[in-house]
Amino acid sequence: MLDFPRWKIASIIGVLLIGILLAVPSLMPETTAKQLGLGFAPRINLGLDLAGGSHILLEADTADVAKTRLAAMEDTIRGEMRRMSPQIAIGDISTANGALSFFVRDPAQVDAAVEKIRTLTAPVGSTGQRDWDVRVVDSTRIVMTPTKGGIDQFVNQAMEGATDIVRKRIDALGTKEPTIARQGADRILVEVPGVGDPTQLKALIGKTAKLEFKLVDTQADPAKVAAGQAPVGDQILHYENGAPIAVVRQAIITGADLKTAKQDYDQNNEAVVAIGFNSRGARSFAETTQQNVGKPFAIILDNVVLSAPRINEPILGGSASISGSFTVQSAQALAISLQSGSLPIALKTVEERTVLASLGADSIHAGVIASAIAVVGVVIFMFVTYGRFGVYANLAVIINVLVILGGMALLNATLTLPGIAGFVLTIGTAVDANVLINERIREERRRGRNVIQAVELGYSEASRTIFEANVTHAISGLIMLILGSGPVKGFAVVLLLGIATSVFTAVLFTRMLVAIWLRRARPQTIHI
Amino acid sequence: MRLLKIVPDNTNIGFVKLRGWAFGLTLLLTIAAGVLVGVRGLNFGVDFVGGVSIETKFDGAAPLGGMRHIVDNLGVGQAQLQPFGDGTTVDIRLPVPHSTDEGATNAMVAKVEAALKAQYPSVRFNQVQTVSGKVSGELVQKGVLAVVVAITCIALFGIVRFEWQFGVATFVSIFHDVLMTLGFFALTQLEFDLNIIAAVLTIIGYSINDKIVIDDRIRENMRKYRQMPLGELIDLSVNETLPRTVMTSLTIILALASLLLFGGEVLRGFTAAMILGVVVGTYSSIYVSSSLLISLGLDKSRFRQMAAATDKKKAGRDRAERIAPKR
Repeated sequence: MLDFPRWKIASIIGVLLIGILLAVPSLMPETTAKQLGLGFAPRINLGLDLAGGSHILLEADTADVAKTRLAAMEDTIRGEMRRMSPQIAIGDISTANGALSFFVRDPAQVDAAVEKIRTLTAPVGSTGQRDWDVRVVDSTRIVMTPTKGGIDQFVNQAMEGATDIVRKRIDALGTKEPTIARQGADRILVEVPGVGDPTQLKALIGKTAKLEFKLVDTQADPAKVAAGQAPVGDQILHYENGAPIAVVRQAIITGADLKTAKQDYDQNNEAVVAIGFNSRGARSFAETTQQNVGKPFAIILDNVVLSAPRINEPILGGSASISGSFTVQSAQALAISLQSGSLPIALKTVEERTVLASLGADSIHAGVIASAIAVVGVVIFMFVTYGRFGVYANLAVIINVLVILGGMALLNATLTLPGIAGFVLTIGTAVDANVLINERIREERRRGRNVIQAVELGYSEASRTIFEANVTHAISGLIMLILGSGPVKGFAVVLLLGIATSVFTAVLFTRMLVAIWLRRARPQTIHI
Repeated sequence: MRLLKIVPDNTNIGFVKLRGWAFGLTLLLTIAAGVLVGVRGLNFGVDFVGGVSIETKFDGAAPLGGMRHIVDNLGVGQAQLQPFGDGTTVDIRLPVPHSTDEGATNAMVAKVEAALKAQYPSVRFNQVQTVSGKVSGELVQKGVLAVVVAITCIALFGIVRFEWQFGVATFVSIFHDVLMTLGFFALTQLEFDLNIIAAVLTIIGYSINDKIVIDDRIRENMRKYRQMPLGELIDLSVNETLPRTVMTSLTIILALASLLLFGGEVLRGFTAAMILGVVVGTYSSIYVSSSLLISLGLDKSRFRQMAAATDKKKAGRDRAERIAPKR
């Protein structure tokens, strides 16, 4: 027990010193740390509930994916069948009930059509399954259904693309250290610290930003348009105010051909979004505008018609401006959304938590005060109860607090509000080990053992109990870490770290202090 | 200097004899807690029922009546206003708008903010949380799973490390602790949110900690006093560990009380739950779990075999140490 070779003392103190030093940068403001040349040192991150900011969980509309796929396949089939030689005439094409179905006019061409269609499908995974199921019904009707594997694969690709695009859009906002991460099959978690008002953020990330230019069908019968009946090859869309308009289904140009988008002002000093096309887009835009001078075309964003200006002259430069009822802010947001590309899949906010930075600051302030008072209270209580041994335990607790902070900095852990509670709780529980040891020493003294024996037994007998008790604590901590979300995880991290460090400080470190004292003073009796 | 002794030396309280009363009282309280949860229900936060929660903060006392009038006339659905803390903070709870339009929630919050700001310019929206029904359903599932897994794992640990009776006794008393905590939340109608699950798990961990210390002492004493009747042995063990049990509970309550008083509004429910948990956990360690061992018929003879086996191992280790003396 009294055997504490020098190397052991040195390594215990060394480990604790490292832990304490690691905590130092986190205790000062970031700017101060940078000034002192400590900018490289690991720091504790503050959770959104302490730093203020927004936590947004987006979920993809997977039901929409099947629809999008069907629509895309419809276009492909129309095109491919027309391009076949000899051309295959098809009719009655529909995408009802989650399946694409059409009939082949000439029964002799059914086999050729099916053969062609099979080349349009792709294998999924390694099971030999394909992304589309192709069947022939009533000998002339072909029915195509997307398979589950196909949809899953598409969702996966779309989610990867969507995550990238969301990241681009948030980076364009220039906020500090945003987190954008995919969660599960169909979710994206966005965490942006320090944003007081998430409205702009949400407007930015949730917008699909699918831009299309389509010719307006001026021949359409207004009565039928009002009734929602589209002429062949047309579709009915609506203005923002709900008024219907018939446009040609085939787009002149889409957002995919966009090169630049930025907020600008028009001659009336209204906010607009100025866009520029790539060379392919510019060419096709020039061609169409040349052929359709005098006719209006619709500028469509996410299936809503923003405006339908008349083509006064051919637009050859490959640039245009989108006007609508924009504010400078909303025009900026749209420009960022367009520039980053349209989302391949619609995203919906399913969870959002926004904390004002001032509330976070209040929480930190209150947390620090509560922790300080807790430490002082426990220190006094331990001292009046155990005297010298209480002082040792107190030293251990104070060092433990710093080492936990250092450990958190090292792990780059996030401190949350429940984490502060975990911290205070750890202050209370950390002395438990010393209480166990000291009570045991008291008991052994009462049984008449001498000082050295009592201390030795106190530590050895209590150590086993301490270990077992802490294992159960660790179990509940681990479960919180695995199953908990956000703030609860922060609590679990502090709790687990506290368990690990408190065993070290409360058992090993105090034992060293006691051993050194016993060796020096050789007391015949002890106050405990 | 005279040192403080909260629990006098060599107490000899007949806990085991009292267990009839203790079981009766415990049963009564547990049933009461269960009924309370069943009848009054828990005041679930948006985490678990979904919805929009807006925490509004005023410089002075919140004008609850005026706020209610304003919010009710906005046509944003059934609103619940809940003041908390010193009366300057009010939680406005609204249903998530049905509209599939992405901006609907934003628009609703903006509408409420504009209307309140018009009347009360000093109001601040400290915190806005929106949880959809789907996510809240998942959070409920995860929370329940976490608690069940925690109780099971810890009971299993008790069985592996000790005897099955220890595991069962621990399981029963933890169940009791959790139910009492739920009863407390049903009684006070404090908001039950995600953080409270963390509190419940911590209570479980803490409560076990206490029981393990006592169980460990019982095991040790079984080895030491092989002829002592079980009842006496348990009493001895509980009494021997009593100073530690009380001391630890007090230090933890001391730390938590500082958090309750100075730690701010947001953590209040969480801290209250934990303090209650510590008290209940200490009670159940002393009165429920140890006494339950007798009723479950802990078999001392099996234990003696186990003890003998460990003694043998220990003797072997001692010999090894003698052969290779420590420097």
